[in-house]
Amino acid sequence: MKELFDSLKIFLILTLITGIAYPLLVTGLAQAFFNDKANGSLVIQKGKIIGSKLLGQNFSAPKYFTARQSATTPAYNAAASSGSNLGPLSEKLKVNIEQKYQDLKRSGIQNPDSLLLTTSASGLDPDISPAAAKCQAESVANARHIPVQTVLDLIARNTKPRQFGFLGEEVVNVLLLNLDLDQSQNR
Amino acid sequence: MKVSQKPNKLFEPEIMKQAFCDSFIKLDPRIQIKNPVMFVVEIASVLTTIIYLVSLSGEKEASSSFILSISLWLWFTLLSANFSEAMAEGRGKAQAKSLRESRKDLMAKKIESLEPKAETIQVQATSLRIGDMVLVEAQEIIPCDGDVVEGIASVDESAITGESAPVIRESGGDRSSVTGGTKVLSDWIIIKITVNPGETFIEQMIALVEGAKRQKTPNEIALNILLAAFTLIFLVVTTTLYSFSKYSTEVSGQGQVISITVLVALLVCLIPTTIGGLLSAIGIAGMDRLIRANVIAMSGRAVEAAGDVDMLLLDKTGTITLGARQASSFYPAPGISEPDLADAAQLASLADETPEGRSIVVLAKEKYNIRDRNIHDLDATFVEFSAHTRMSGVDMNGIKIRKGAVDAIEEYVGTGTVAREIIETAQKVAKEGATPLLVARDKQVLGVVKLKDIVKGGIKERFADLRAMGIKTVMITGDNPITAAAIAAEAGVDDYLAQATPEGKLKLIKENQAGGRLIAMTGDGTNDAPALAQADVAVVMNSGTQAAKEAGNMIDLDSSPTKLIEIVEIGKQLLMTRGALTTFSIANDVAKYFAIIPAAFATTYPVLNKLNIMNLQSPESAILSAVIFNALIILGLLPVALRGVKYRAVGAELLLRDNIFIYGLGGLIVPFIGIKIIDVLISGFKI
Amino acid sequence: MSMTFAEYAQLIVYFALLLSGGFALGKYMTYIFEGEAGAGLPLLKQLEQLTYKAGGIDPRIEMTWVTYSRSLMGFSLISFVALYALQRMQNLLPFNPESLQAVSADSAFNTTISFISNTNWQGYSGETTLSYLSQMLGLTVQNFVSAAVGISVLVALIRGIVRHQSNTIGNFWSDLTRSIIHILLPLSVVLALMLVWQGAIQNFNAYVEYTPLEQHQDPKDKYKIAMGPAASQIAIKQLGTNGGGFFNVNSSHPYENPTSLSNLFETLAILIIPVGLCFTFGFMVKRLKEGLALLWAMSFIFFILLALGLWAEFTPNSAMPLSGNMEGKETRFGITSSMLWATCTTAASNGSVNCMHDSLTPLGGLVPMVLMQLGEIIYGGVGSGLYGMIIFAIVAVFVAGLMVGRTPEYLGKKIEAFEIKMSTLVLLIPPFVVLIGTAIAVSIEAGKAGVLNQSVHGFSEILYAFSSAGNNNGSAFAGLSANTPFYNYALGVAMFISRYWLALPVLAIAGSLAQKKLIPASNGTIPTTGPLFIGFLISIVLIVGALTFIPALALGPIVEHLQMTFGAK
Repeated sequence: MKELFDSLKIFLILTLITGIAYPLLVTGLAQAFFNDKANGSLVIQKGKIIGSKLLGQNFSAPKYFTARQSATTPAYNAAASSGSNLGPLSEKLKVNIEQKYQDLKRSGIQNPDSLLLTTSASGLDPDISPAAAKCQAESVANARHIPVQTVLDLIARNTKPRQFGFLGEEVVNVLLLNLDLDQSQNR
Repeated sequence: MKVSQKPNKLFEPEIMKQAFCDSFIKLDPRIQIKNPVMFVVEIASVLTTIIYLVSLSGEKEASSSFILSISLWLWFTLLSANFSEAMAEGRGKAQAKSLRESRKDLMAKKIESLEPKAETIQVQATSLRIGDMVLVEAQEIIPCDGDVVEGIASVDESAITGESAPVIRESGGDRSSVTGGTKVLSDWIIIKITVNPGETFIEQMIALVEGAKRQKTPNEIALNILLAAFTLIFLVVTTTLYSFSKYSTEVSGQGQVISITVLVALLVCLIPTTIGGLLSAIGIAGMDRLIRANVIAMSGRAVEAAGDVDMLLLDKTGTITLGARQASSFYPAPGISEPDLADAAQLASLADETPEGRSIVVLAKEKYNIRDRNIHDLDATFVEFSAHTRMSGVDMNGIKIRKGAVDAIEEYVGTGTVAREIIETAQKVAKEGATPLLVARDKQVLGVVKLKDIVKGGIKERFADLRAMGIKTVMITGDNPITAAAIAAEAGVDDYLAQATPEGKLKLIKENQAGGRLIAMTGDGTNDAPALAQADVAVVMNSGTQAAKEAGNMIDLDSSPTKLIEIVEIGKQLLMTRGALTTFSIANDVAKYFAIIPAAFATTYPVLNKLNIMNLQSPESAILSAVIFNALIILGLLPVALRGVKYRAVGAELLLRDNIFIYGLGGLIVPFIGIKIIDVLISGFKI
Repeated sequence: MSMTFAEYAQLIVYFALLLSGGFALGKYMTYIFEGEAGAGLPLLKQLEQLTYKAGGIDPRIEMTWVTYSRSLMGFSLISFVALYALQRMQNLLPFNPESLQAVSADSAFNTTISFISNTNWQGYSGETTLSYLSQMLGLTVQNFVSAAVGISVLVALIRGIVRHQSNTIGNFWSDLTRSIIHILLPLSVVLALMLVWQGAIQNFNAYVEYTPLEQHQDPKDKYKIAMGPAASQIAIKQLGTNGGGFFNVNSSHPYENPTSLSNLFETLAILIIPVGLCFTFGFMVKRLKEGLALLWAMSFIFFILLALGLWAEFTPNSAMPLSGNMEGKETRFGITSSMLWATCTTAASNGSVNCMHDSLTPLGGLVPMVLMQLGEIIYGGVGSGLYGMIIFAIVAVFVAGLMVGRTPEYLGKKIEAFEIKMSTLVLLIPPFVVLIGTAIAVSIEAGKAGVLNQSVHGFSEILYAFSSAGNNNGSAFAGLSANTPFYNYALGVAMFISRYWLALPVLAIAGSLAQKKLIPASNGTIPTTGPLFIGFLISIVLIVGALTFIPALALGPIVEHLQMTFGAK
């Protein structure tokens, strides 16, 4: 019984330290030093929140670069993340890939990069690879009636290299690229 | 070191015949349940037999002939294990048989008291109790173990030692203990019985070799737990596999669920039957090897402990050095010639029948050709060694010649009168580990005789072996520290205990035990008893006193002081054999999986046949081959189990490396080859 | 696709940082556990003393293994009651801006066991099930204390090894408190801030409404972004090998793991304490080489499996028009970082993910499965991994000892029947739980119903779930709908058994070893630091693991791989 009583006392104290003091301390420091990031790296345009730099969005209009498949319901639901969880031999995966392939073909992308056919882990992947962006350059340029080179330049500008030259992968943030695209035409 | 004269053929037809019969008797589940691994095999055998019988009535889960073959081979697996155990027991029993014959219908002459006129009563030897006294006369068999309380006799102990030369047994001292079953050759003795019926040496020996009294040793218990755990794991692996297989047929929409026969075959192949079947044979064979080395262990535990020993206490005299010292040189005093000293020394020793005395005579003769004179021609009176004067010598024609230890002679000639050079020489001799004797003629010291301990040939190499095995050797001697250090260096022991007393020995053992060491020692005298009782492994000479024997846990019938080393090796070999076969057994499973898994699911997932890397003919032949291999390997390894894995006196790391390669890697590879060969044979003969 | 130079560099840098960081941390932890009460940074020292004072605990009182175990069990019982109650009442409590409902009984039971047992299997979906209060006061607390319990058991075992004829193995409250205050807490604060710096969120805001560039749904349905105090929980779930994420998709969520750098931090955090403890072990037994030997044995198995996984993931899937397997992975991490994480998280009993394991190739998925089935000892959970490996070393020493003809010793302690009995319990229980659990699940409708991929892969999903729960990992082939009463209860029981039925025999061994004499090593002692013993230990681990799971794996990932390579027939 003594052990149980000791347990209760220690448990309460440790709860205070790790469950209350710790998160509050981190929140305080985070809000003070990294306010924007701690609150979600939100993108605000004309006073309206239009998303987060870190979260992908669903794009299907030909004038926009399209992102990867998302398994959330609905796609790119930032309040309920999810992956497809389809196995490597899944029939459903095959159908998904085929369908996306046809969709991309229909919107004028002749050789879609295979990354665009797959579903991301979070369903909120903000990025695509430079190759997956370049394969869409022509169709986006056509839709916007601008030279392909302009689009390619924008891709290059929005390509983030590997961190420190070797960490992770080279990526293009689809939301930022599309915003850049809109802005460059509005100018 | 005496090697047993007993026949050492592994497979004697007589024993094999008996073992064959015993294999069937041992099918009794009450016997099998003691060995969980083999008990599972027995249940498997019964189960497949029932499935076969059911299949005859049309309820088929596989072809009847396949089920029958599996069933028969499972029974064969079980019988092989039984046979192995029976073989080991049989070999022990054969020895016990000859021992037991000496016990048949033995009568004893019991006496009530030591009065000269006391009457003797004829009683059955088996009715004797502790404290009874019996008279044994020439040509009679000693009825029971005991101590000689009166008389002296020569005794033939060949029944237990195999040594034909008779030994002397007399009351008092360290040669008073006699063993039941041995024979008095001449004279008579009165013996006080020291054990009750059923506890005598011979009876203990019979029980041990027959395996009846064999208790499981600590390591054996631990190993059994591990083997039981493996058996449990594989039991769960195979039973759950049924539902996995069923689910697989559901999702793949094809094939049959794995049959019980195949599951049972898989189970028997996976559980460690090789070691499980040979485990008791290894234990019995270990005891058997010990008895062949003429050592009786009071328990299997002691044998196992012998393998763990990391410190040996060895008596100097008789173990490290030859029993007696020998004269090796003469150092004359200033003004005395060496032949003169030699002559006087020889004269003083002529009547001295001790080995030391004889060696002085011999040395004088060899060196200066001084002839061994006939004592009776010399008109001389010999002065015997007495505890009072601690000198011996001769009085001849008015001349008194004396020899003795330095202080004894010093006292004899008068303290302070001995020349400084002589004292220095004596000290120098002592420093070399030898014993200086002074020789005096008419109170004039002539010089020093050097008596040297002779270190046994080959002993240094044995100690080097022990060191490599990680065993520290400590020499026990009554000599002074200087002498002890010199001999220790010459013999190559790691340490020594000089001027040893019983208390000193006990203290040494206790200190080292507290430091975590396991100590082995040999002894024979009553004053060794406390140290023997404290030591973890205590080997007592059969010639030793009853008190010493009771304190020890092993008895060396040869009374050979170096037997300890042999016992350590036997102990190690016993453990090694278990370890090696366990590793082999488990490593075997990898190949068996490759044989059985593709075969078992051939109808559900034909693509699994890509794993059939042995390219076995058909699913049925693959499974059968694995089962047959599993049964045959038990018999194949029986000789290893009986003989024991080869032991080399090297460090643990080398030994481990060798055994991992032979039994680990071997265990991985051999079944691939074996199963393939069996598969080719079965498919060839279409069994 | 194949690996580029940059990707090799990632792996090399990762291991260089892991080993050097582990060394430093190992040294620090030795200092914490060997020091008198109150070693450590001054501020933390005060906090530790305050804890003892408030709790009325004397940290200097030594405990026998029985008292130690009772304290551990008592503490876990309190934890269970508190966490269960918190979830069932979260609708009545504050810090619930989304007004989430009380958690269902079966899900709360599962989550409770899951977090007190350091498994962090997530039957629930974080952002839609648990209030901020439940996440913080419930899960974050358990992330700390369950990890600290693991470290405590390990430290007690090490004391058992180094003590000479002693009845006691330390003080549970002191070990627990020191683990949290001096080790987990400072590391978590630093890591959490580094993650926020990279973009992980840390706030108490309500979910944010936004207007996307492209509208795809009825304007009445608002677009929302989940918020919350994520970074503080992520830091400890990584460091404490807990793995229970703030969001449903765990560390593949951009708010949990925003960049490659944050990914490097988080991957390092998974293994740094388990690796550090190997050094601590070496320092505490006064033979660093003994700790390194276990570390090399772990690393060897790790590398083999990592290489297999990478090869499998980079090999084009012949059944799909894909080059390299990016299904279920995030673009910013790519294949290499994802597979590295998958290997680390299952090597340690972490269970957090940055890619969806269910979508790995058959052999890529086999790697995490095997790592769990080996018993979570390849680095393993904080504390639990190393004590598991020490148990394997004890078994290896036993078999090796027999092979050289000597009653085996490990670090000067004789290994006898009692230790073997307890060790076999430790080795037996996880396979039993995994195999029997899987067998039940594939035999009943409630089990089969949860499967997403109705094929060979479905079997893998179930096998993976029980391998994960039965070894306190917590990761999943998430296609399995495991938030059902059957799975919640079955996996809950599995997690409970494999945590406590393992910790208790380990403490029993600690108690038994402590009472023994320390035996000096000689030529007859098997060296437990050389390549020979390390190799032998590796073989024992692999053979015991392989022999137990080969049939099940053959019917899951192996046959799936063969089907993928050679076609289904």
